[in-house]
Amino acid sequence: MASSSSSNTYNSPCAACKFLRRKCMPGCIFAPYFPPEEPHKFANVHKIFGASNVTKLLNELLPHQREDAVNSLAYEAEARVRDPVYGCVGAISYLQRQVHRLQKELDAANADLVHYGLSTSTPNLVDLVFQPQPQPLNPVYRLPGVSPVMNQQPRGTGGSCGSFLPWNNGHDQGGGNM
Amino acid sequence: MNPKRCAACKYLRRRCPKDCIFSPYFPPSDPDKFACIHRIYGAGNVSKMLQQLPVQSRAEAVESLSFEAKCRVEDPVYGCVGMISLLQTQIQKTQTLLAKTQAEIAVAQAKHSQTQVNEFM
Repeated sequence: MASSSSSNTYNSPCAACKFLRRKCMPGCIFAPYFPPEEPHKFANVHKIFGASNVTKLLNELLPHQREDAVNSLAYEAEARVRDPVYGCVGAISYLQRQVHRLQKELDAANADLVHYGLSTSTPNLVDLVFQPQPQPLNPVYRLPGVSPVMNQQPRGTGGSCGSFLPWNNGHDQGGGNM
Repeated sequence: MNPKRCAACKYLRRRCPKDCIFSPYFPPSDPDKFACIHRIYGAGNVSKMLQQLPVQSRAEAVESLSFEAKCRVEDPVYGCVGMISLLQTQIQKTQTLLAKTQAEIAVAQAKHSQTQVNEFM
């Protein structure tokens, strides 16, 4: 885990300073998040965002937020390197289609369950098992056809994002282009 | 100065040449789009990315970059990765609910069949 301190905890230069061919000073803002063992992480981030933009982004955040910010930037950068046209938006598009498909299946299953509940002679059949409420589809982003271009304004979560962090579960979590 | 400079060249305060790589995708009517992309990626990086793509793919690339940049401005910690996380959570919950509902249907079907058999006997 990255130290919350901003001091350089590594004896060798961090991956960022190695890449940039500069001395890794104590207090290097990159050092806690770009260990020398992961050179590709910074290489991707630098290619897509640039070192100075990442520095500005990190400086605007509190120290405890920076590790997640760097990991999400690295995730986006890797997605963009793999898919230069759609990047992460390809994965979002794929996941939204999955959500939509699953919701339709759930609606159909609920309709079937109601059908059996109404047609049996056992009045409390439905009470014997859990009766799920239909989950509303969360249409945060509507897709025009199959294009992953989004119509609605994105809404930030400002620091919390559900129980999955893709870099904890591996990069293969449901992403169509990852 | 060309009065019809694209939003990128207006933002960068420079001439907009006829072969400007940004001008097809950053009309002057939408200055925020380039401002947002510039803030997150920088003009040089975007220019390089577009140059490496075939012309027919650039419009989609700009739209996806614009979307990701807006996400990052709104959520500087997670950007659009926050959305991926939420969608994955939603998928998992819906899959669990679907599995439960399908199990309940199986129980209901079995009871329904038993009821029909009993009625015939």
